[in-house]
Amino acid sequence: METLEPILSKHPFFKGLDKAYMELVTGCAKNVRFDAGQFIFRQHEAADVFYIIRQGKVALELSPPGRPPVTLETVNEEEILGWAWLVPPYHWHCDAQAVELTRAIALDGKCLRNKCMEDHDLGFELLNRLLPVIGKRMEATQLQLMDVYGTKA
Amino acid sequence: MTSEPRIIERKALDQLLEALTQEGYQVVGPTLGDGAIVYGPVQASEDFPVGWTDEQEGGVYRLKKREDKALFGYVVGPHSWKKYLHPPERRLWTGQASGTDFELTPEPVETARFAFFGVRSCELHAIEIQDRVFIHNDHVDEDYKARRENAFVVVVQCGQAGKTCFCVSMNTGPKAESGYDLALTEILDEGRHFFHAVAGSPKGAAILQQVETRSATSSDSAEAEEAVQKARGQMGRTLNTKGVKELLQENPEHPRWDSVAERCLSCANCTMVCPTCFCSTVEDTTDLTGDHTERWQKWDSCFTMDFSYLHGGSVRASTKSRYRQWLTHKLSSWIDQFDSSGCVGCGRCVTWCPVGIDLTEEVRSIREENTVRLPSKREASNGNA
Amino acid sequence: MEDIQRQNVMVPRPFLVHRVHKETEDTFTLELNGEDSAESPPFIPGQFNMLYAFGIGEVPISISGRSEASGGWLHTIREVGTVTRALHRMKRGGVLGLRGPFGTGWPIEEARGNDIVFMAGGIGLAPLRPALHVVQSMRDQFGEVALLYGARTPESLLFEKERELWRAKFGVQVKVTVDAAGREWKRNVGVVTNLVERASFDPAHTVAFICGPEVMMRFSVVELKQCGVPEDKIYISMERNMKCAVGFCGHCQFGPTFICKDGPVYRYDRIRQFLNVREV
Repeated sequence: METLEPILSKHPFFKGLDKAYMELVTGCAKNVRFDAGQFIFRQHEAADVFYIIRQGKVALELSPPGRPPVTLETVNEEEILGWAWLVPPYHWHCDAQAVELTRAIALDGKCLRNKCMEDHDLGFELLNRLLPVIGKRMEATQLQLMDVYGTKA
Repeated sequence: MTSEPRIIERKALDQLLEALTQEGYQVVGPTLGDGAIVYGPVQASEDFPVGWTDEQEGGVYRLKKREDKALFGYVVGPHSWKKYLHPPERRLWTGQASGTDFELTPEPVETARFAFFGVRSCELHAIEIQDRVFIHNDHVDEDYKARRENAFVVVVQCGQAGKTCFCVSMNTGPKAESGYDLALTEILDEGRHFFHAVAGSPKGAAILQQVETRSATSSDSAEAEEAVQKARGQMGRTLNTKGVKELLQENPEHPRWDSVAERCLSCANCTMVCPTCFCSTVEDTTDLTGDHTERWQKWDSCFTMDFSYLHGGSVRASTKSRYRQWLTHKLSSWIDQFDSSGCVGCGRCVTWCPVGIDLTEEVRSIREENTVRLPSKREASNGNA
Repeated sequence: MEDIQRQNVMVPRPFLVHRVHKETEDTFTLELNGEDSAESPPFIPGQFNMLYAFGIGEVPISISGRSEASGGWLHTIREVGTVTRALHRMKRGGVLGLRGPFGTGWPIEEARGNDIVFMAGGIGLAPLRPALHVVQSMRDQFGEVALLYGARTPESLLFEKERELWRAKFGVQVKVTVDAAGREWKRNVGVVTNLVERASFDPAHTVAFICGPEVMMRFSVVELKQCGVPEDKIYISMERNMKCAVGFCGHCQFGPTFICKDGPVYRYDRIRQFLNVREV
């Protein structure tokens, strides 16, 4: 049977990852698809999946009390969705909803965590790729908080 | 050009004032007013501050009686000649509305011809520095240019320096070497009282010819030179200008800016008395009908909050940033902008600071605790050539 | 009198409001022609004019283009204060005062033969628009052209029709993002810097023009540099309080420069040392 490895190793997130590790990662992988409007996960649910987006667009949403949900970021193809599966207590921080038909590879978060525990080199490789994504997300949040485009008249 | 020096006796000095008036000049010079020596209209030599001098220190200015009858026996007061060349308030235009249309009428350029009597060397340099801003720039301020070109400059060389003076450090004095129409040196001792006069322009030479003079002897000229040399030795302050452009530009986060900000009241006095500070704002005033409006240009100061206001707030909200802007501009970025320092070492900002902040001391402190490497081999820029 | 008026750079000249066009809730575009309805004089994209509302005051506004129909200057303005409010109330046929154009422009010539990345934040798209018009008029002179545009909300986005034209007709990669949006928005959400990775251009042969709030420009420069665009190929447009616009009044000083004549468009590496100093 054809595995997902060729697809995964082409994704920018895994670029340059050792073939042996690629095989380990593929062992946790399965294909998923979400229709437009479908929720991929909800805030505070257990975060057990790491999504590698192949196609489509996903909105990360928060629901402020008494106000309609607001999208803070969208994740597109060639990007990744979710890092809460790696950080205790392994709960999602926001809602994720497919904006359009989205195809992704879902990696089992528990499976990946265990493999990382067993092989710290793999753990380092994955952290090394995830941390910049998390850092960038934080920087973006700071920029958004500053509300630089302003509205005050 | 400089002519052969002449001697004008004290009693003949009024002839010089008359000659200037005859030529159509409005003579302005030092007078007593508001407890200080200030510039105003002068009709006769008795209008000068006869027998008065000034005592200056950081945050201190007081008039004191002299033991003699010297006319120019003081250093400098709070005014400078920019009040005539770049007036504190000037109407730029008036506007008249008619229906949805309107017409704007520019203010005619100033046609008054001023004779500045009693210009010090530092002040002459200050005028030349403002010339770079308003005349030798991408655009020309026609009003300033007209005032400047029409002006007749009578230098009176300094015979004494004050405790806040540092023109020697800035290479701007105490002796005015050029750029004037007439340069006088006041000599007064043992019953003698006369002015050693040198013309610096054909205009100056022509005026001098209308005054009763005698030719100066070499001992007269030596005496005049000696007076200026005496002032040179009396500088109350010094400022090491070596590499000061880089020193300030490379030290925007120096702790000294915080400590000076604790003392600075942000009162803007230093910028008002500074003979080179040129910043201005515009204010529109409209009458109650809304049909008639005027735009006025007024002196402004980088120490005000409004100065850097940009939709929603001031860019320079802290006193620290405003003092840093002023000093860095004056001694450093001015060199980038106008190829000269913005400081002539007149000491006014030190004297008239209500808390006695002394820019020479600020620069010294920044230099002493400087952690930035300054250019050593190549010629470091320091401003006034 | 007319002659003196033309010579005096401090006196606004009368211009006719040919059209007032609403762009968003608080943003509008004025189309201005000389009083004899003449075509407005030439300008360099990136330059600004001082617009004067009679009896109210004067503000610096970048030129956002030229009307193809009337040849008039376009100014896209956000209502943020007394003068811009008065300008917003102007009607067709009204008269306002104008001085300019002043300042430096985008060095489009330098970008010839290279890729161009335009990065715009909020109203910052307006001063870039005339540069895009030039690029559009000689599109074959450039390689990849990308417009990365961020705004606060979908409602505050400007020039939608034109952005679509640039994308569809002139081969411009137009990527848009907003800081926050509701569910009805199906496009990108996130900061404008996120778009850099998503655009395709050759960083080593790219000239970047950035216009927006200072913070946004600083973040954008970091992102562009990280992906390999040289510092001396990045241009930004600065803003400060402005009164005279000709270097006399001292208000717009930025480090040793005057934004009114040395700017507003600067090469990044020439002002880098002042950009990161607070309250400079």
